Amino acid sequence: MEDLVKEPVADWATDFDHSHPDYGANAPAIWDELRTTCPVAHSERFGGMWLPTRHDDIAAIAANDDGNYTSQRVVVSAVEDESMPAPIGGAPPITSDPPFHADARRLLLAPFAPKVINEITPFARQFCNDLLDDALAKAQANDGVFDAAVDYAQSIPVRVIAKMLGLPPEDGDIFRRFIHQIVENPVDHDVADEDSIEVYLDAQIDKHKADPKPEGDLIDHLLRVELYGEKLSDEHVRGTVILLLIAGIDTTWSAIGSSLWHLAQNPDDLKRYRDEPEIRPFAQEEFLRFYAPVTMARLVAQDHELRGCPMKQGDWVLLPFPAANRDPEAFDDADTFIIDRQKNRHGAFGLGIHRCLGSNLARMELAVALDVFVERIDEFELVDPEAVRFSTGQIRGPRELPIRVTR
Amino acid sequence: MKIKYSRELCQGHNRCYMLAPELFDVDDEGYAVLLVDGEVPAELHEKAQLCVDNCPEYAIELTE
Ligand code: HEM
Ligand code: SF4
Repeated sequence: MEDLVKEPVADWATDFDHSHPDYGANAPAIWDELRTTCPVAHSERFGGMWLPTRHDDIAAIAANDDGNYTSQRVVVSAVEDESMPAPIGGAPPITSDPPFHADARRLLLAPFAPKVINEITPFARQFCNDLLDDALAKAQANDGVFDAAVDYAQSIPVRVIAKMLGLPPEDGDIFRRFIHQIVENPVDHDVADEDSIEVYLDAQIDKHKADPKPEGDLIDHLLRVELYGEKLSDEHVRGTVILLLIAGIDTTWSAIGSSLWHLAQNPDDLKRYRDEPEIRPFAQEEFLRFYAPVTMARLVAQDHELRGCPMKQGDWVLLPFPAANRDPEAFDDADTFIIDRQKNRHGAFGLGIHRCLGSNLARMELAVALDVFVERIDEFELVDPEAVRFSTGQIRGPRELPIRVTR
Repeated sequence: MKIKYSRELCQGHNRCYMLAPELFDVDDEGYAVLLVDGEVPAELHEKAQLCVDNCPEYAIELTE
Protein backbone atom coordinates (compact mmCIF):
# COMPACT_ATOMS: atom_id res chain seq x y z
CA MET A 1 0.00 0.00 0.00
CA GLU A 2 2.90 2.30 0.66
CA ASP A 3 3.29 2.96 -3.02
CA LEU A 4 -0.22 4.39 -3.36
CA VAL A 5 -1.26 7.93 -2.70
CA LYS A 6 -4.68 7.89 -1.06
CA GLU A 7 -7.24 10.66 -1.20
CA PRO A 8 -7.37 12.28 2.23
CA VAL A 9 -10.39 11.24 4.30
CA ALA A 10 -12.78 14.16 4.79
CA ASP A 11 -14.95 12.63 7.50
CA TRP A 12 -14.67 9.12 8.97
CA ALA A 13 -18.45 8.77 9.29
CA THR A 14 -19.15 9.38 5.59
CA ASP A 15 -15.87 8.81 3.78
CA PHE A 16 -13.87 6.25 5.77
CA ASP A 17 -11.10 4.27 4.12
CA HIS A 18 -9.69 1.30 6.01
CA SER A 19 -6.73 1.17 3.64
CA HIS A 20 -5.70 4.76 4.37
CA PRO A 21 -2.53 5.19 6.44
CA ASP A 22 -4.42 7.52 8.84
CA TYR A 23 -6.78 4.65 9.63
CA GLY A 24 -3.86 2.34 10.25
CA ALA A 25 -2.37 4.85 12.64
CA ASN A 26 -5.55 5.85 14.55
CA ALA A 27 -8.06 3.05 14.17
CA PRO A 28 -9.02 2.61 17.86
CA ALA A 29 -9.75 6.34 18.25
CA ILE A 30 -11.77 6.35 15.03
CA TRP A 31 -13.88 3.36 16.18
CA ASP A 32 -14.52 4.91 19.59
CA GLU A 33 -15.68 8.13 17.99
CA LEU A 34 -17.88 6.38 15.43
CA ARG A 35 -19.40 3.99 17.97
CA THR A 36 -21.00 6.91 19.81
CA THR A 37 -21.71 9.22 16.88
CA CYS A 38 -22.38 6.98 13.88
CA PRO A 39 -22.28 3.27 14.74
CA VAL A 40 -22.68 2.17 11.11
CA ALA A 41 -20.45 4.47 9.07
CA HIS A 42 -20.57 4.66 5.30
CA SER A 43 -18.14 5.42 2.49
CA GLU A 44 -18.41 5.61 -1.27
CA ARG A 45 -14.93 4.21 -1.65
CA PHE A 46 -14.47 0.77 -3.20
CA GLY A 47 -17.92 1.08 -4.76
CA GLY A 48 -19.72 1.63 -1.44
CA MET A 49 -18.96 0.13 1.96
CA TRP A 50 -20.16 0.14 5.57
CA LEU A 51 -18.28 0.09 8.85
CA PRO A 52 -20.18 -1.07 11.93
CA THR A 53 -18.30 -0.53 15.20
CA ARG A 54 -20.63 -1.93 17.89
CA HIS A 55 -20.04 -5.42 19.23
CA ASP A 56 -23.70 -6.46 18.91
CA ASP A 57 -23.93 -5.34 15.26
CA ILE A 58 -20.68 -7.03 14.33
CA ALA A 59 -21.74 -10.26 16.06
CA ALA A 60 -25.12 -10.15 14.31
CA ILE A 61 -23.57 -9.65 10.88
CA ALA A 62 -21.16 -12.53 11.53
CA ALA A 63 -24.07 -14.70 12.68
CA ASN A 64 -25.98 -13.78 9.51
CA ASP A 65 -29.22 -15.40 10.68
CA ASP A 66 -31.28 -13.81 7.90
CA GLY A 67 -28.85 -14.47 5.08
CA ASN A 68 -28.37 -10.75 4.51
CA TYR A 69 -24.66 -11.17 3.85
CA THR A 70 -22.40 -13.43 1.83
CA SER A 71 -18.78 -14.42 2.40
CA GLN A 72 -18.20 -14.72 -1.35
CA ARG A 73 -15.60 -12.04 -0.82
CA VAL A 74 -13.93 -11.24 2.50
CA VAL A 75 -11.20 -8.85 1.41
CA VAL A 76 -12.39 -5.49 0.13
CA SER A 77 -10.98 -4.93 -3.33
CA ALA A 78 -11.53 -2.77 -6.34
CA VAL A 79 -10.75 -5.70 -8.61
CA GLU A 80 -13.52 -7.80 -10.18
CA ASP A 81 -13.96 -11.26 -8.72
CA GLU A 82 -13.30 -14.09 -11.13
CA SER A 83 -13.38 -16.94 -8.65
CA MET A 84 -15.97 -19.66 -8.19
CA PRO A 85 -19.50 -18.40 -7.52
CA ALA A 86 -21.32 -18.68 -4.19
CA PRO A 87 -21.74 -20.75 -2.13
CA ILE A 88 -18.20 -22.09 -2.77
CA GLY A 89 -16.18 -18.98 -3.58
CA GLY A 90 -12.50 -18.81 -4.42
CA ALA A 91 -11.05 -20.08 -1.14
CA PRO A 92 -13.38 -22.48 0.66
CA PRO A 93 -14.48 -22.43 3.44
CA ILE A 94 -13.77 -18.75 4.15
CA THR A 95 -15.49 -17.61 0.95
CA SER A 96 -18.31 -20.14 1.29
CA ASP A 97 -21.85 -19.72 2.54
CA PRO A 98 -24.21 -22.25 4.12
CA PRO A 99 -24.96 -25.02 3.53
CA PHE A 100 -21.77 -25.74 1.58
CA HIS A 101 -19.62 -23.91 4.13
CA ALA A 102 -20.11 -26.43 6.95
CA ASP A 103 -19.27 -29.37 4.69
CA ALA A 104 -16.08 -27.78 3.36
CA ARG A 105 -15.09 -26.63 6.83
CA ARG A 106 -15.61 -30.05 8.41
CA LEU A 107 -12.86 -31.46 6.16
CA LEU A 108 -10.36 -29.20 7.92
CA LEU A 109 -11.49 -29.35 11.53
CA ALA A 110 -9.59 -32.48 12.56
CA PRO A 111 -6.10 -31.37 11.41
CA PHE A 112 -6.55 -28.09 13.32
CA ALA A 113 -8.07 -29.53 16.51
CA PRO A 114 -6.20 -28.71 19.72
CA LYS A 115 -4.68 -32.09 20.40
CA VAL A 116 -3.22 -32.34 16.89
CA ILE A 117 -1.83 -28.82 17.14
CA ASN A 118 -0.23 -29.57 20.53
CA GLU A 119 2.02 -32.08 18.82
CA ILE A 120 3.59 -29.33 16.71
CA THR A 121 4.51 -27.29 19.79
CA PRO A 122 8.07 -28.68 20.21
CA PHE A 123 8.81 -27.95 16.56
CA ALA A 124 7.56 -24.36 16.91
CA ARG A 125 9.56 -23.91 20.11
CA GLN A 126 12.76 -25.15 18.48
CA PHE A 127 12.20 -22.89 15.50
CA CYS A 128 11.64 -19.83 17.70
CA ASN A 129 14.85 -20.60 19.54
CA ASP A 130 16.74 -20.94 16.25
CA LEU A 131 15.39 -17.58 15.09
CA LEU A 132 16.48 -15.93 18.31
CA ASP A 133 19.95 -17.45 18.03
CA ASP A 134 20.34 -15.58 14.77
CA ALA A 135 18.59 -12.42 15.93
CA LEU A 136 20.66 -12.17 19.09
CA ALA A 137 23.87 -12.74 17.16
CA LYS A 138 22.80 -9.91 14.90
CA ALA A 139 21.97 -7.73 17.91
CA GLN A 140 25.35 -8.36 19.45
CA ALA A 141 27.05 -6.88 16.42
CA ASN A 142 24.57 -4.02 16.27
CA ASP A 143 24.36 -2.27 19.63
CA GLY A 144 21.72 -4.71 20.90
CA VAL A 145 19.31 -3.94 18.05
CA PHE A 146 17.29 -6.31 15.89
CA ASP A 147 13.88 -6.13 14.25
CA ALA A 148 11.36 -8.16 16.26
CA ALA A 149 8.84 -8.11 13.40
CA VAL A 150 11.20 -8.95 10.54
CA ASP A 151 13.83 -11.11 12.23
CA TYR A 152 11.48 -12.96 14.55
CA ALA A 153 7.66 -12.75 14.38
CA GLN A 154 7.39 -12.86 10.61
CA SER A 155 9.08 -16.20 10.07
CA ILE A 156 7.27 -18.24 12.72
CA PRO A 157 3.88 -18.77 11.05
CA VAL A 158 5.50 -19.19 7.63
CA ARG A 159 7.72 -22.00 8.82
CA VAL A 160 4.96 -23.76 10.74
CA ILE A 161 2.33 -23.69 7.99
CA ALA A 162 4.90 -24.74 5.36
CA LYS A 163 5.63 -27.80 7.48
CA MET A 164 1.95 -28.57 7.98
CA LEU A 165 1.14 -28.20 4.29
CA GLY A 166 4.24 -30.01 3.10
CA LEU A 167 5.73 -27.09 1.16
CA PRO A 168 9.49 -26.51 0.95
CA PRO A 169 10.64 -24.46 3.97
CA GLU A 170 12.97 -22.42 1.80
CA ASP A 171 10.00 -21.06 -0.18
CA GLY A 172 8.92 -18.75 2.66
CA ASP A 173 9.78 -15.64 0.68
CA ILE A 174 7.61 -16.81 -2.19
CA PHE A 175 4.54 -17.17 0.06
CA ARG A 176 5.12 -13.78 1.56
CA ARG A 177 5.21 -12.18 -1.87
CA PHE A 178 1.90 -13.83 -2.78
CA ILE A 179 0.29 -12.65 0.41
CA HIS A 180 1.44 -9.15 -0.18
CA GLN A 181 -0.18 -9.24 -3.62
CA ILE A 182 -3.45 -10.55 -2.27
CA VAL A 183 -4.11 -8.93 1.09
CA GLU A 184 -1.83 -5.97 1.43
CA ASN A 185 -2.34 -4.54 -1.97
CA PRO A 186 -5.98 -4.96 -2.90
CA VAL A 187 -5.77 -2.99 -6.12
CA ASP A 188 -5.10 -4.19 -9.59
CA HIS A 189 -1.71 -5.80 -9.85
CA ASP A 190 -0.13 -7.25 -12.90
CA VAL A 191 1.36 -10.59 -12.11
CA ALA A 192 2.89 -12.57 -14.91
CA ASP A 193 1.05 -15.90 -15.12
CA GLU A 194 4.13 -17.98 -14.50
CA ASP A 195 4.75 -16.04 -11.27
CA SER A 196 1.25 -16.51 -9.92
CA ILE A 197 0.43 -18.36 -6.75
CA GLU A 198 -1.77 -20.68 -8.81
CA VAL A 199 1.08 -21.86 -11.00
CA TYR A 200 3.38 -22.32 -8.02
CA LEU A 201 0.85 -24.31 -6.04
CA ASP A 202 -0.30 -26.45 -8.94
CA ALA A 203 3.29 -27.65 -9.27
CA GLN A 204 3.46 -28.41 -5.55
CA ILE A 205 0.11 -30.17 -5.58
CA ASP A 206 1.17 -32.26 -8.59
CA LYS A 207 4.23 -33.39 -6.63
CA HIS A 208 1.97 -34.55 -3.83
CA LYS A 209 -0.33 -36.34 -6.30
CA ALA A 210 2.64 -38.23 -7.73
CA ASP A 211 3.69 -39.40 -4.29
CA PRO A 212 0.64 -39.76 -2.02
CA LYS A 213 1.33 -40.47 1.65
CA PRO A 214 -1.35 -41.98 3.88
CA GLU A 215 -0.30 -40.20 7.08
CA GLY A 216 1.09 -37.25 5.21
CA ASP A 217 0.75 -33.49 5.35
CA LEU A 218 -2.26 -31.22 4.81
CA ILE A 219 -1.99 -31.29 1.03
CA ASP A 220 -2.03 -35.10 1.14
CA HIS A 221 -5.07 -34.82 3.40
CA LEU A 222 -6.91 -32.54 0.96
CA LEU A 223 -6.12 -34.86 -1.93
CA ARG A 224 -7.45 -37.84 0.02
CA VAL A 225 -10.68 -36.57 1.56
CA GLU A 226 -14.06 -36.72 -0.15
CA LEU A 227 -16.95 -34.32 -0.27
CA TYR A 228 -20.38 -35.62 -1.30
CA GLY A 229 -18.74 -38.91 -2.30
CA GLU A 230 -16.14 -37.38 -4.58
CA LYS A 231 -12.57 -36.18 -4.35
CA LEU A 232 -12.18 -32.42 -4.13
CA SER A 233 -11.83 -30.57 -7.40
CA ASP A 234 -8.38 -29.20 -8.25
CA GLU A 235 -9.72 -25.69 -7.77
CA HIS A 236 -11.05 -26.52 -4.33
CA VAL A 237 -7.74 -28.03 -3.19
CA ARG A 238 -5.78 -25.09 -4.55
CA GLY A 239 -8.20 -22.53 -3.13
CA THR A 240 -7.98 -24.09 0.32
CA VAL A 241 -4.19 -24.23 0.24
CA ILE A 242 -4.10 -20.56 -0.74
CA LEU A 243 -6.46 -19.83 2.13
CA LEU A 244 -4.36 -21.71 4.66
CA LEU A 245 -1.24 -19.87 3.52
CA ILE A 246 -2.83 -16.46 3.55
CA ALA A 247 -5.06 -16.77 6.58
CA GLY A 248 -2.33 -17.93 8.89
CA ILE A 249 0.69 -15.82 8.08
CA ASP A 250 0.13 -12.05 8.28
CA THR A 251 -2.46 -12.61 10.98
CA THR A 252 -0.21 -14.50 13.36
CA TRP A 253 2.75 -12.31 12.48
CA SER A 254 0.64 -9.32 13.50
CA ALA A 255 -0.50 -10.90 16.76
CA ILE A 256 3.03 -11.79 17.84
CA GLY A 257 4.40 -8.43 16.71
CA SER A 258 1.73 -6.35 18.47
CA SER A 259 2.25 -8.30 21.68
CA LEU A 260 5.99 -7.66 21.58
CA TRP A 261 5.34 -4.01 20.74
CA HIS A 262 3.21 -3.79 23.88
CA LEU A 263 5.77 -5.55 26.06
CA ALA A 264 8.57 -3.33 24.77
CA GLN A 265 6.69 -0.28 26.03
CA ASN A 266 5.24 -1.72 29.23
CA PRO A 267 8.03 -3.12 31.41
CA ASP A 268 5.60 -3.90 34.26
CA ASP A 269 3.55 -6.14 32.00
CA LEU A 270 6.74 -7.75 30.70
CA LYS A 271 7.81 -8.52 34.24
CA ARG A 272 4.45 -10.01 35.14
CA TYR A 273 4.35 -12.06 31.96
CA ARG A 274 7.73 -13.53 32.80
CA ASP A 275 7.37 -13.97 36.53
CA GLU A 276 3.78 -15.18 36.72
CA PRO A 277 3.35 -18.05 34.26
CA GLU A 278 -0.18 -18.64 35.59
CA ILE A 279 -1.40 -15.38 34.04
CA ARG A 280 0.04 -16.12 30.60
CA PRO A 281 -3.10 -17.69 29.13
CA PHE A 282 -5.05 -14.59 30.19
CA ALA A 283 -2.34 -12.27 28.90
CA GLN A 284 -2.36 -13.96 25.50
CA GLU A 285 -6.12 -13.50 25.24
CA GLU A 286 -5.80 -9.86 26.27
CA PHE A 287 -3.18 -9.30 23.57
CA LEU A 288 -5.61 -10.84 21.10
CA ARG A 289 -8.50 -8.69 22.33
CA PHE A 290 -6.65 -5.41 22.52
CA TYR A 291 -4.57 -5.80 19.37
CA ALA A 292 -6.92 -8.01 17.35
CA PRO A 293 -5.25 -8.10 13.95
CA VAL A 294 -8.10 -9.07 11.66
CA THR A 295 -11.00 -7.17 10.10
CA MET A 296 -13.07 -9.30 7.74
CA ALA A 297 -15.53 -8.23 5.08
CA ARG A 298 -18.84 -9.41 3.69
CA LEU A 299 -20.91 -8.43 0.69
CA VAL A 300 -24.55 -7.48 1.20
CA ALA A 301 -26.57 -10.33 -0.34
CA GLN A 302 -29.99 -8.68 -0.25
CA ASP A 303 -31.26 -5.16 0.40
CA HIS A 304 -32.09 -4.55 4.05
CA GLU A 305 -31.70 -1.98 6.81
CA LEU A 306 -29.17 -2.05 9.62
CA ARG A 307 -29.86 0.52 12.36
CA GLY A 308 -31.81 2.45 9.75
CA CYS A 309 -28.98 2.39 7.22
CA PRO A 310 -29.94 1.24 3.71
CA MET A 311 -27.69 -1.74 2.94
CA LYS A 312 -27.85 -2.44 -0.80
CA GLN A 313 -27.02 -5.71 -2.45
CA GLY A 314 -23.37 -5.69 -3.51
CA ASP A 315 -22.21 -3.14 -0.91
CA TRP A 316 -19.17 -4.08 1.15
CA VAL A 317 -19.53 -4.44 4.90
CA LEU A 318 -16.42 -4.48 7.03
CA LEU A 319 -16.41 -6.66 10.14
CA PRO A 320 -13.91 -4.94 12.41
CA PHE A 321 -13.56 -7.53 15.18
CA PRO A 322 -10.93 -5.27 16.78
CA ALA A 323 -13.60 -2.56 17.14
CA ALA A 324 -16.03 -5.05 18.66
CA ASN A 325 -13.32 -5.97 21.15
CA ARG A 326 -13.16 -2.39 22.41
CA ASP A 327 -16.88 -1.79 22.79
CA PRO A 328 -17.54 -0.67 26.38
CA GLU A 329 -20.98 -2.31 26.17
CA ALA A 330 -19.29 -5.68 25.84
CA PHE A 331 -16.15 -5.30 27.97
CA ASP A 332 -15.42 -3.69 31.33
CA ASP A 333 -12.75 -1.02 30.96
CA ALA A 334 -12.67 -1.78 27.26
CA ASP A 335 -9.97 0.83 26.58
CA THR A 336 -7.58 -0.50 29.18
CA PHE A 337 -5.12 -3.32 28.64
CA ILE A 338 -5.45 -5.61 31.67
CA ILE A 339 -2.85 -8.31 31.46
CA ASP A 340 -4.76 -10.83 33.59
CA ARG A 341 -8.29 -9.91 32.46
CA GLN A 342 -10.52 -12.71 33.74
CA LYS A 343 -13.63 -12.07 31.69
CA ASN A 344 -12.79 -11.91 28.02
CA ARG A 345 -15.22 -13.00 25.33
CA HIS A 346 -13.21 -11.32 22.59
CA GLY A 347 -13.89 -11.94 18.94
CA ALA A 348 -10.36 -11.70 17.56
CA PHE A 349 -10.87 -15.04 15.81
CA GLY A 350 -14.27 -14.08 14.51
CA LEU A 351 -17.68 -15.06 15.81
CA GLY A 352 -20.10 -17.65 14.53
CA ILE A 353 -19.71 -20.23 11.80
CA HIS A 354 -16.49 -18.86 10.29
CA ARG A 355 -14.63 -18.93 13.64
CA CYS A 356 -10.96 -19.04 12.74
CA LEU A 357 -10.10 -22.58 11.85
CA GLY A 358 -6.51 -21.94 12.78
CA SER A 359 -7.25 -20.45 16.20
CA ASN A 360 -5.72 -23.36 18.11
CA LEU A 361 -2.62 -23.14 15.94
CA ALA A 362 -2.42 -19.35 16.19
CA ARG A 363 -2.76 -19.48 19.98
CA MET A 364 -0.04 -22.07 20.20
CA GLU A 365 2.29 -20.01 18.01
CA LEU A 366 1.59 -16.84 19.97
CA ALA A 367 2.18 -18.56 23.31
CA VAL A 368 5.39 -20.25 22.17
CA ALA A 369 6.73 -17.12 20.47
CA LEU A 370 6.20 -14.98 23.58
CA ASP A 371 7.38 -17.61 26.04
CA VAL A 372 10.62 -18.26 24.17
CA PHE A 373 11.16 -14.53 23.78
CA VAL A 374 10.92 -13.79 27.50
CA GLU A 375 12.99 -16.85 28.36
CA ARG A 376 15.85 -15.58 26.23
CA ILE A 377 15.54 -11.81 26.63
CA ASP A 378 15.17 -10.19 30.04
CA GLU A 379 14.54 -6.60 29.06
CA PHE A 380 14.02 -4.80 25.79
CA GLU A 381 12.73 -1.49 24.53
CA LEU A 382 11.76 0.23 21.30
CA VAL A 383 14.71 1.77 19.52
CA ASP A 384 12.47 4.63 18.41
CA PRO A 385 8.66 4.67 18.55
CA GLU A 386 8.64 6.54 15.23
CA ALA A 387 10.57 3.76 13.53
CA VAL A 388 7.77 1.24 14.11
CA ARG A 389 5.74 0.72 10.96
CA PHE A 390 2.23 -0.74 11.03
CA SER A 391 0.48 -2.36 8.08
CA THR A 392 -2.60 -0.82 6.53
CA GLY A 393 -5.67 -2.66 5.33
CA GLN A 394 -7.62 -5.48 6.94
CA ILE A 395 -4.75 -7.14 8.80
CA ARG A 396 -3.16 -4.83 11.30
CA GLY A 397 0.18 -5.29 13.00
CA PRO A 398 3.75 -4.02 13.09
CA ARG A 399 5.75 -4.76 9.95
CA GLU A 400 8.92 -3.11 11.23
CA LEU A 401 9.67 -3.20 14.94
CA PRO A 402 13.27 -2.34 15.78
CA ILE A 403 14.01 -3.16 19.42
CA ARG A 404 17.06 -2.93 21.61
CA VAL A 405 17.89 -5.73 24.02
CA THR A 406 18.97 -4.06 27.24
CA ARG A 407 19.50 -7.13 29.40
CA MET B 1 -24.30 -25.24 40.75
CA LYS B 2 -25.33 -26.71 37.41
CA ILE B 3 -23.55 -26.26 34.08
CA LYS B 4 -25.18 -26.31 30.67
CA TYR B 5 -23.36 -26.45 27.37
CA SER B 6 -24.90 -25.93 23.93
CA ARG B 7 -23.35 -27.87 21.08
CA GLU B 8 -25.51 -25.77 18.75
CA LEU B 9 -23.86 -22.51 19.80
CA CYS B 10 -20.34 -23.87 20.30
CA GLN B 11 -17.95 -22.96 17.48
CA GLY B 12 -14.92 -24.65 18.93
CA HIS B 13 -13.00 -21.65 20.23
CA ASN B 14 -11.65 -24.06 22.88
CA ARG B 15 -11.41 -21.45 25.58
CA CYS B 16 -13.25 -23.74 28.00
CA TYR B 17 -10.95 -26.68 27.39
CA MET B 18 -7.89 -24.50 27.95
CA LEU B 19 -9.26 -22.97 31.14
CA ALA B 20 -10.87 -26.03 32.72
CA PRO B 21 -9.80 -29.38 31.33
CA GLU B 22 -11.49 -30.88 34.39
CA LEU B 23 -14.84 -29.74 33.02
CA PHE B 24 -14.35 -29.83 29.25
CA ASP B 25 -12.63 -32.10 26.80
CA VAL B 26 -12.58 -31.57 23.01
CA ASP B 27 -13.65 -34.00 20.32
CA ASP B 28 -11.70 -34.79 17.17
CA GLU B 29 -13.22 -31.81 15.38
CA GLY B 30 -12.36 -29.38 18.16
CA TYR B 31 -15.85 -29.00 19.65
CA ALA B 32 -16.22 -28.97 23.40
CA VAL B 33 -17.36 -32.05 25.31
CA LEU B 34 -18.78 -31.45 28.77
CA LEU B 35 -17.24 -33.92 31.20
CA VAL B 36 -19.50 -33.49 34.20
CA ASP B 37 -23.09 -34.53 34.31
CA GLY B 38 -24.89 -31.29 35.17
CA GLU B 39 -23.67 -30.71 38.73
CA VAL B 40 -20.33 -28.87 39.11
CA PRO B 41 -18.25 -30.02 42.10
CA ALA B 42 -17.66 -27.18 44.59
CA GLU B 43 -13.92 -26.99 43.96
CA LEU B 44 -14.58 -26.28 40.28
CA HIS B 45 -17.12 -23.48 40.68
CA GLU B 46 -14.58 -20.79 39.99
CA LYS B 47 -13.28 -22.53 36.89
CA ALA B 48 -16.81 -23.07 35.63
CA GLN B 49 -17.44 -19.34 35.95
CA LEU B 50 -14.23 -18.64 34.01
CA CYS B 51 -15.46 -20.84 31.16
CA VAL B 52 -18.74 -18.94 31.03
CA ASP B 53 -16.96 -15.60 31.10
CA ASN B 54 -14.62 -16.50 28.26
CA CYS B 55 -16.84 -18.34 25.80
CA PRO B 56 -17.25 -15.91 22.88
CA GLU B 57 -20.37 -17.70 21.66
CA TYR B 58 -22.28 -17.72 24.96
CA ALA B 59 -22.49 -21.50 24.69
CA ILE B 60 -22.00 -22.22 28.40
CA GLU B 61 -24.43 -21.35 31.18
CA LEU B 62 -24.45 -21.80 34.94
CA THR B 63 -27.54 -22.10 37.07
CA GLU B 64 -28.01 -22.51 40.81
C1 HEM C 1 -3.69 -14.53 15.47
C2 HEM C 1 -3.84 -15.06 14.29
C3 HEM C 1 -5.16 -15.17 13.57
C4 HEM C 1 -6.25 -14.35 13.63
C5 HEM C 1 -6.44 -13.10 14.47
C6 HEM C 1 -7.24 -14.91 12.74
C7 HEM C 1 -8.50 -14.37 12.55
C8 HEM C 1 -9.49 -14.95 11.81
C9 HEM C 1 -10.83 -14.43 11.68
C10 HEM C 1 -11.33 -13.15 12.32
C11 HEM C 1 -11.55 -15.29 10.91
C12 HEM C 1 -13.03 -15.17 10.56
C13 HEM C 1 -13.27 -14.92 9.14
C14 HEM C 1 -14.67 -14.49 8.83
O1 HEM C 1 -15.52 -14.32 9.70
O2 HEM C 1 -14.91 -14.28 7.63
C15 HEM C 1 -10.64 -16.33 10.52
C16 HEM C 1 -10.98 -17.39 9.70
C17 HEM C 1 -10.08 -18.37 9.29
N1 HEM C 1 -8.78 -18.51 9.70
FE1 HEM C 1 -7.79 -17.32 11.00
N2 HEM C 1 -6.75 -16.04 12.16
C18 HEM C 1 -5.47 -16.24 12.65
C19 HEM C 1 -4.63 -17.28 12.34
C20 HEM C 1 -4.94 -18.32 11.51
C21 HEM C 1 -4.09 -19.45 11.23
C22 HEM C 1 -2.73 -19.70 11.84
C23 HEM C 1 -4.76 -20.23 10.32
C24 HEM C 1 -4.34 -21.53 9.69
C25 HEM C 1 -3.34 -21.76 9.01
C26 HEM C 1 -6.02 -19.59 10.05
C27 HEM C 1 -6.98 -20.09 9.19
C28 HEM C 1 -8.25 -19.60 9.06
C29 HEM C 1 -9.25 -20.20 8.21
C30 HEM C 1 -9.08 -21.43 7.34
C31 HEM C 1 -10.42 -19.43 8.35
C32 HEM C 1 -11.76 -19.64 7.66
C33 HEM C 1 -12.72 -20.39 8.52
C34 HEM C 1 -14.09 -20.49 7.91
O3 HEM C 1 -14.43 -19.68 7.05
O4 HEM C 1 -14.85 -21.38 8.31
N3 HEM C 1 -6.10 -18.45 10.78
N4 HEM C 1 -9.40 -16.11 11.09
S1 SF4 D 1 -15.38 -21.74 24.70
FE1 SF4 D 1 -17.48 -21.82 23.97
S2 SF4 D 1 -17.35 -21.93 21.76
FE2 SF4 D 1 -15.38 -22.40 22.61
S3 SF4 D 1 -15.28 -24.61 22.69
FE3 SF4 D 1 -15.94 -23.87 24.67
S4 SF4 D 1 -18.12 -23.87 24.50
FE4 SF4 D 1 -17.39 -24.02 22.44
